Amino acid sequence: MSETATTSGPLIHPGEWHIHYDYAVGDTAARFFTELRDNMKVYARRCPSCGRAFVPPRAYCERCFVKTTDWVEVGPEGVVEAFTIVYEPFDGLPVPPYAVAYVTLDGASTALANFVTGVDLSDPEVASEALALGSRVAVAFAGKREGMITDFHFELLGHNK
Amino acid sequence: MPTKTAIVGVGQTGYRFKRTDVTIQELAQDAAAKALEHAHMEMADIDAFVIGVAPDALIGIDNVDRWIGQALGVAHRPQLRVNTGGTTGAAAAQAGYVHVASGMFRTVMVLAADKVSETPDAQWVLNTAMDPIYERSLALNAINMCSFQAVRQMSQYGVTERQLAAVAVRSRRNAAANPYAHLRDPITIDDVMSSRYVCWPLKLLDCCPRSSGACAVIMAAEPQAASSPNRPAWIQGMGATSNTIYMGDKMGPGRDTDHADWDELAIAAASAYERAGITDPLSQIDLAEIYAPFTCTEIAAVEALGFCAKGTGGAMGEQGMFDMGGPMPVNPSGGVLSANPISATALARVAEAALQVMGEAGEHQVPGVRRAVATGIGGTLQFHTCMILGDDA
Repeated sequence: MSETATTSGPLIHPGEWHIHYDYAVGDTAARFFTELRDNMKVYARRCPSCGRAFVPPRAYCERCFVKTTDWVEVGPEGVVEAFTIVYEPFDGLPVPPYAVAYVTLDGASTALANFVTGVDLSDPEVASEALALGSRVAVAFAGKREGMITDFHFELLGHNK
Repeated sequence: MPTKTAIVGVGQTGYRFKRTDVTIQELAQDAAAKALEHAHMEMADIDAFVIGVAPDALIGIDNVDRWIGQALGVAHRPQLRVNTGGTTGAAAAQAGYVHVASGMFRTVMVLAADKVSETPDAQWVLNTAMDPIYERSLALNAINMCSFQAVRQMSQYGVTERQLAAVAVRSRRNAAANPYAHLRDPITIDDVMSSRYVCWPLKLLDCCPRSSGACAVIMAAEPQAASSPNRPAWIQGMGATSNTIYMGDKMGPGRDTDHADWDELAIAAASAYERAGITDPLSQIDLAEIYAPFTCTEIAAVEALGFCAKGTGGAMGEQGMFDMGGPMPVNPSGGVLSANPISATALARVAEAALQVMGEAGEHQVPGVRRAVATGIGGTLQFHTCMILGDDA
């Protein structure tokens, strides 16, 4: 927010941007989100050249630059590849603490990000041990789904290193 | 063959949290004037301008390069904006180098400026740079994307939080000798270890500040450069790489680079080293100015630059390998952990490396420098640049 301008202090003019967008997700992402919303399934898109199964799905393989073809169901379980626990509040972002992880779902070639629930985050040492790389998680779907990435999150299954 | 090109002038405003006494274009003017004075040149001597501006929303002025250019008096000369996120300043230097090395321009001013402190919402702005369809609503930002790197370093290589802290302590120790740095108070390992977690495992003192300031560099082709009153810092080599924005592609079984490492920087460095004739970086380079906004990123960089084996950067740093007076001084200026005017941050690495080669770095001068390396990174650790500066063409 603006500071109070006085004759002795710096003169500050406040400014704000409010910009609305309606992002069309395109046919490829729409299929992915429809499967999440309607069938509670996670699908990857496979490259016919290198065989990589990409989640999130892409219309083209970004390595081979050929159109991806097949839809491959992945998960619902997977392995933690990286995570963080956010303890600092940032304006415009969720209220901390929260955990975000990249997870390779079973059958996928790439890791997919989402929030992780079911872990007590109050003690960073305990929580970070629980989320250690290699931990197994499962996709858990929200009751009310809207065709968004937040229609699901990851739940910890326990250590499996 | 590229035209031989050197940096012949450097201007920095000094980096502070807030600059309420100047607008962003006035900051740019101050840096430009200092660079011209340093090079013993006039604005009329500059043939073209490359202006680095990172995402507009960080300063809340759309396409602010329009304001900066006219403030510099660019009339009747070409001006080009470069934006590659955090890499912006180094990518601008890359573009400026190509302008001169191509033979199309004799002199180029590369300039970048930022006033990030004028919004408290920098991490929210950086969140808007994430994929709006798949990733933005997951609260990803510049800090947690580096946390993902740190946690993989810890898991794969046994990097410790104390090794991360050692990077922060050394940066501040060096910054104390650099009057341009934003954060100059010395800190201890205990200070870092007891600072609060921001995005585990990164704590507050593992993170760079957000700063205001501007940096300008003047490049000149061989005849002009050789007659400069300053010792020219010749650009001996340049390399750059890009990679996917999807961090998850660098983690799963289908990865061809790893988010723990900076294999991309190694590719950029290999290209720069080859052009500069460097085969043994540890013996042929005298210091490094590394774009490391978080402690973990410097560890990835020293490995990618070939100063030590992959997985050993944390331990080597803890043992003093990268200290002033050590085998490979890293960030004599105090680096990004001590000053981060985002658009200008990577250009400041180039400027500081040039000043070291020119023998004009002041209190943080490394003795007898013949060659220095400067790096930049940006995006989701997806853009990497590497520039080699030396005392002969």
